[in-house]
Amino acid sequence: MSNRTLPAWIDIGLIPLINICLAFIVSAGIIMLIGESPVEAVQVMLFGAFGYGEGIGYTLYYATNFIFTGLAVAVAFHAGLFNIGGEGQAYLGGLGVGLVCLMLDSWLPWWALLPFAIVAGGLFGAAWAYIPAYLQAYRGSHIVITTIMFNFIASALMVYLLVNVLIEPGSMSPQTRSIAEGATLPYMYQVFAAFGIEIEQSPLNVSLILALLACVLVWLLIWHTRWGYAIRMIGFNEKAAVYSGINTRRTIVISMCISGALAAMVGINEVMGAQQRVLLEFVAGAGFTGIAVSLMGRNHPLGIIAASVLFGALYQGGAELSFEISTITRDLVVVIQGLVILFCGALAYMLKPTLEKLFLRYTLSKATRQDSLKEEAQS
Amino acid sequence: MNDVLLMLVSILDSTIRVSTPLILCAMAGVFSERSGIVDIGLEGKMLAGAFAAAATAAVTGSAWLGLGCAIIVSVGMALLHGFACITHRGNQVVSGLAINILASGLTVTLGIAWFAQGGQTPQLSGDARFAALEFPGAAAVADVPVIGAIYSELLSGHNLLVYLALLAVPLTWWVIFRSRFGLRLRAVGENPQAVDTAGISVAWLRYRAVMCAGILCGIAGTYLSTAQNAAFLKDMSAGKGYIALAALIFGKWHPKAALFACLLFGFLEALSVRLQGVQLPVIGEVPVQLMQALPYVLTVILLAGFIGKAIAPKAIGIPYNKER
Amino acid sequence: MTISNPQQAADQSPAIDLRKINKRFGPVHANRDVDLQVGRGTVHGIIGENGAGKSTLMSILYGFYEADSGDILINGKTVKIRASKDAINAGIGMVHQHFMLVDTFTVLENVMLGAEASSSLRHSMVDARKELQRLSEEYGLAVDPDAMTGELPVGLQQRVEILKALYRGADILILDEPTGVLTPQEAEQLFSILDTLRSRGVSVMLITHKLQEILAITDHVSVMRAGTMVADRVTADTNKEELAELMVGRKVLLHVDKAPAQPGDVLLQADNLTVRDADAVPRLDDVSLKLRAGEIVGIAGVSGNGQTELLEVLSGIRPVEDGKLNVNGTLIDATNVLDAKDLRHLSVGHVAEDRHRLGMVTAFSARESAIMGFQDEPEFNRGLLTDGGAITRHCQQLMDEFDVRPGNPDLKSANFSGGNQQKLCIAREMERQPKVLLVGQPTRGVDIGAIEFIHQQIVKLRDAGSAVLVVSVELEEVMSLCDRILVMFEGRIVGEIAASEADAKTLGLMMGNASEAGGNAG
Repeated sequence: MSNRTLPAWIDIGLIPLINICLAFIVSAGIIMLIGESPVEAVQVMLFGAFGYGEGIGYTLYYATNFIFTGLAVAVAFHAGLFNIGGEGQAYLGGLGVGLVCLMLDSWLPWWALLPFAIVAGGLFGAAWAYIPAYLQAYRGSHIVITTIMFNFIASALMVYLLVNVLIEPGSMSPQTRSIAEGATLPYMYQVFAAFGIEIEQSPLNVSLILALLACVLVWLLIWHTRWGYAIRMIGFNEKAAVYSGINTRRTIVISMCISGALAAMVGINEVMGAQQRVLLEFVAGAGFTGIAVSLMGRNHPLGIIAASVLFGALYQGGAELSFEISTITRDLVVVIQGLVILFCGALAYMLKPTLEKLFLRYTLSKATRQDSLKEEAQS
Repeated sequence: MNDVLLMLVSILDSTIRVSTPLILCAMAGVFSERSGIVDIGLEGKMLAGAFAAAATAAVTGSAWLGLGCAIIVSVGMALLHGFACITHRGNQVVSGLAINILASGLTVTLGIAWFAQGGQTPQLSGDARFAALEFPGAAAVADVPVIGAIYSELLSGHNLLVYLALLAVPLTWWVIFRSRFGLRLRAVGENPQAVDTAGISVAWLRYRAVMCAGILCGIAGTYLSTAQNAAFLKDMSAGKGYIALAALIFGKWHPKAALFACLLFGFLEALSVRLQGVQLPVIGEVPVQLMQALPYVLTVILLAGFIGKAIAPKAIGIPYNKER
Repeated sequence: MTISNPQQAADQSPAIDLRKINKRFGPVHANRDVDLQVGRGTVHGIIGENGAGKSTLMSILYGFYEADSGDILINGKTVKIRASKDAINAGIGMVHQHFMLVDTFTVLENVMLGAEASSSLRHSMVDARKELQRLSEEYGLAVDPDAMTGELPVGLQQRVEILKALYRGADILILDEPTGVLTPQEAEQLFSILDTLRSRGVSVMLITHKLQEILAITDHVSVMRAGTMVADRVTADTNKEELAELMVGRKVLLHVDKAPAQPGDVLLQADNLTVRDADAVPRLDDVSLKLRAGEIVGIAGVSGNGQTELLEVLSGIRPVEDGKLNVNGTLIDATNVLDAKDLRHLSVGHVAEDRHRLGMVTAFSARESAIMGFQDEPEFNRGLLTDGGAITRHCQQLMDEFDVRPGNPDLKSANFSGGNQQKLCIAREMERQPKVLLVGQPTRGVDIGAIEFIHQQIVKLRDAGSAVLVVSVELEEVMSLCDRILVMFEGRIVGEIAASEADAKTLGLMMGNASEAGGNAG
């Protein structure tokens, strides 16, 4: 056991902060490389994301998706599993949400429909995570590979269903019919309007509340229940979990199902909220962004909320950016996302040895200084 | 009869075309994963290579310069992967994912900035592309039944990179199983400590392995943008890197078996294009998406242990920590 | 010392000459001014307890670590050893405790790895095969060059390791605890190999904590204690008692105060338990035993002879596949599988052999580690949620009762010393006064003061009417703590003896399955 451990504020505060800064510095370098001003880009993005009501709405609307997928990655991660399948689970989850909504939208108002949609979406997402989880737990196949494969299978399946089965009769584009008015989730501007507050229109809907609720539930689950205790123990040390009488295989499957169900809630935000129908590729990379969000947020709901808002702002600001500066598109946001995953994930330990050395030198010099001070005082 | 043959030849012909990038990437994966480094980033390296090749070829008019540039860029990304996973012992899956996302965003961002064509590169023609090579006498024997079609259609008429890909397989096999470097590379994937105590640097060995992977992915990317297509298109790798990864696993990390997996997956894709909208007797129309998903489904079934057992190199994915 | 003729000086100089070697790991001074001389063509023993700094010293010599200061002279010449490559070039070969072999390679491939003659394997193999043949004959190390290494028995794998070193031209061979994994017969063979090596002029360094081996094979012996070299002796001039005293530093006679056992009812009975590994090799072979109330039963044996598997089956970590288990009236067999939690409910406590891998989660806070196995108990849960207050109070209570320091339930488990971690584990398992307590290596890595305390607690539990099973590789501990001793060898129980009648010699013979006592068991 190494004794050169750093104090917590460096380990979980300073190092991640430096890593994020590095990601942004490199991003700025890339903006300069394509001949634009990073300062201007940041200004445009900040204004686009937070400068006016609609922008804020969009930022939070994107963040809602990322909170769900970020939580999904985090829950699996606590069980020591790397769920790259959030994309496919969200996609299938959206199918579940869509099916329930299309079946019941003529009978039920949105608030009665929502529980059914959550359950159906959750079940679909969980089912899509269940197979890789089962194969990992009982057949020893690696979950990273199987979840990647399942993303592609989900994509092919959804194309087939939307093109051949669920397509709105008479429509040319592969998407379902719209969910009936009244059965879709109210937008936030409508909610606020009900209280007499007027805010600008945006796709932001009540899913955000659901996302925040999910954060609380995940926080309780992971740190304040015996199941979370079991999940974390498996993540840290699977053998110790067996020693403690935990059914590790079942727990692995359950945590992956929870993860899949969380990812599926993207379907609530998109299908039942923003788009009001199931359409092709509606997940749009949110599953992968969830990995960046979870890494950046250190797998903690609070961190995930912060990282989600940041990425929401990047997405919305990026859209603004592509209007303002012709040479920049939202693909720049993908670059930044890649850099965040690189620096906060793959290179997370890059600075640790250096900082450890610096810290050790600092403490040693402080100790010797104090010694010499003492000596001076004595003489 | 002749129609059936021609159709078969034509399907096999496109199988080879479609399989080429898969084969190159799968061989890249053999190098990297046999040395113990998980390579999810085949996709990203290939995409970056495709962009570098097309961009260079568009500017210089030389496909060969494009190839060189693609290899440099792809090796650069491989080194980044190595820097994260070998030097800093980062998570190999996370690093590979970062590379894929980075490549996806960066190629388009730079493409728009440099060429202002919505992320594409300008159309390539002439020397800026790798042209088809006609085998001697291909035209002459084209009319000979069976053999003529096979020779002139199936074997002849591909571009250099296709033959390079087919050559890469025995070459990879030789390097992995018949060379000193290969012996050490396999050893480091199974038990890095054994290599370390034998006085060989684990890090340098693995760096060389990921660089080999980088070279092959660079060639694969060049094929995509300067041979199969005539420009770089946004996200043109379209999951081929992941299919190659699946083929690598399906081939149990063995070059020859991986080649057959690539050809199988390529054949499925060629067939799905051919079968689109065709009513087959008894089963009717086969959904094209089913054919597209089949490589992944097959790989999952293999991984589940229902078709043999895919045994990965023992030390794969585990960062080597000398002091433990 | 003046050197008039460097050539001559080099000839007389020792094979290894270490001067003032220092190595620190943070605040731990693992090697402190270590001097060591190993004569050419001799077998030199290094003896010391766990953590005395032997392994660190060897790692420095083989280039795993670099010394903070000090000089290394090989055959009279100063060498810088920064990596294993430098060590190999200096003629040093090492046989590690855990073999550095690639299981999926043939013997030939393993031997030549890193020392191939050319870049083409075919040519290298021809050369290597010839050289291997020559070495095998010269040193009497017969092994099939085309055998798959992973399928060879441990003794032969070790032989491959020795050949590997010789193939690289090593004239200095370091062996780190070489007999730990060997049967007595294999160990015997190893010693005769070392004899041959010595007669061929190879210098051998033997690192061990077994006194017997030192006396049996070495010419010289150096004793390490707490990072320093405390003594050098010619083996012929010393004896077991002196070495033991030098090793431990003071005469410690392990003595546990306890009244004679009064065995009562059988609380745990195992019948014909058999455990097979993935290759269907039995790791636990037809083991039957009884644990009675009020007695401490010890399991002695060289580690790796089935003790771990026995503890795993008895504690429910590993399902009973073959044979049956009766715990206080509940029958467990292949049709009625119980897990570790179920067994805890049957009042079976289990202090794991390896607390870092099993007994606690080092990343957990102490309070979380302190409820392992009891996480589902109602007292730690309020409805769906855990009861944080109760968990903290519970940990505090355990810490107070067992004097765990620092007594801070929120501290990370990793930040406690080995002894305090062990006390917390034992406190957790004993708290509910289990009817049956299984203890693996009760005092591994634990300081003297805590050892006594732990032993007292175990005896107290026995006197309260529980049955205790102690697995330990420390013979002293087994003999002084237990009432009855079972000896395990190759997965079987090969002998039983009352602790009062046991001595180290008899037990040692039984552990190697070499005594008549072994005949009447099993």
